[in-house]
Amino acid sequence: MLHSSLTLQEQVNDVYEMAKAEKREHLELELNRLTRRHYECCRPYNSILSARGYSPEDTKSLEDIPFLPVRLFKTNKLSSVVDEDIIKVLTSSGTTGQQVSRIYLDKETALLQSSALIRIMQNFLGKKRLPMLVIDHASVIKDRNSFSARGAGIRGMANFGADLTYVLRDEDMSLDFEVLEAFLKKHKGSPILIFGFTFMVWEYFVQPLLNAGKSPDLSQAILIHSGGWKKLIEKAVSNETFKATLKQAARIERVHNFYGMVEQVGSVFVECNHGNLHTPAHADILIRSEKDWTVLPPGDEGLIQVLSALPHSYPGHSLLTEDRGILLGEDDCTCGLKGKYFKVLGRIAQAEARGCSDTHDRTEAA
Amino acid sequence: MLQDRLIKAFSEGLEISKDLVTDELSFQGIQEWDSVGHMTLIASLESEFDIMFDTDDVIDLSSVAVAKKILEKYGVGPF
Repeated sequence: MLHSSLTLQEQVNDVYEMAKAEKREHLELELNRLTRRHYECCRPYNSILSARGYSPEDTKSLEDIPFLPVRLFKTNKLSSVVDEDIIKVLTSSGTTGQQVSRIYLDKETALLQSSALIRIMQNFLGKKRLPMLVIDHASVIKDRNSFSARGAGIRGMANFGADLTYVLRDEDMSLDFEVLEAFLKKHKGSPILIFGFTFMVWEYFVQPLLNAGKSPDLSQAILIHSGGWKKLIEKAVSNETFKATLKQAARIERVHNFYGMVEQVGSVFVECNHGNLHTPAHADILIRSEKDWTVLPPGDEGLIQVLSALPHSYPGHSLLTEDRGILLGEDDCTCGLKGKYFKVLGRIAQAEARGCSDTHDRTEAA
Repeated sequence: MLQDRLIKAFSEGLEISKDLVTDELSFQGIQEWDSVGHMTLIASLESEFDIMFDTDDVIDLSSVAVAKKILEKYGVGPF
């Protein structure tokens, strides 16, 4: 039973402070509440759960909260609010011809996402906003009513930045050295925030610097990056190589990757100073067997399930991803932050094959 | 006058008519004040009053009335 009445906001505020027993109590309460809410308000979700024999009277432990495959958001409109309350539709990044996920946000969910992201990032960046360099071009956020995953990421991170400066040219994504140098001159001696997508940072920032033989002094910078390693794994670039090259190319030593997805904005898992991804208090992960979906213990590789207390406007509080990962432990990472800590190992092979072939097969996800 | 400068900063930051800038105007209340508009609004307020908001205040700044309170913390005002 729950002894204290903690609001969701208070749980969000606890970020990396809440020990596992207390976290489980609060998270189970919120997640069961969300399952019931979406069961009542989202018809397709109701059908799926009914078919699985769910009853709204059920209260589930964390491991038994029903989960949806993440690709269901590509094939179905999954919303638990009336259309008038939708203030933003997020879409996943997909290459041409691929179906994209659509995530429907109401005001409450959007605000929860913003405030959760703030609590998480303040832990790494502090409360002061830093001059911010974006490794992207400005037109990535031009369609304000429908954000791509990249646009949503930049919009979210922009709350931590000041003097937001896009360093790639709109036309051809080339690195604008003049803009970069002017920005560095203006903020000389002050800490700065650099944000970009992992592959973009590597391809459009690090490579041009190396090729041009320029090595700007960015030792004051904190680089936050995300978006997945698929393209860099193809180039045989590991996280260790990535970090070492940033240090060599621009003297950047503080680098934090994060794992997150457009289906659960605000529940991001940031890499700590010891190189592990951490769950914040309002979100969790489980590793499941690829064969029978049973929950696996720490040390075993499997599919990552993500759980989040934030999605109120769409049934995305419990999702089975197509990413493989490994749980390392909980509350005892040597960095000192609480929460489960884990590593992401990459996409499942099946998802890659599908991504390259016909993606208009609706039957498998229904 | 401070009030005029505040209205100017809102109107320029959100690219809306000055008439729309009342105490009640709030985040997500009009199409222009969405998360993208919020970024330019913050920049506009900061440059008009030569201040720098903390991240908490960027999130909390959810209406014109709240903006006045927050600005006072930074030594701008009272309105």
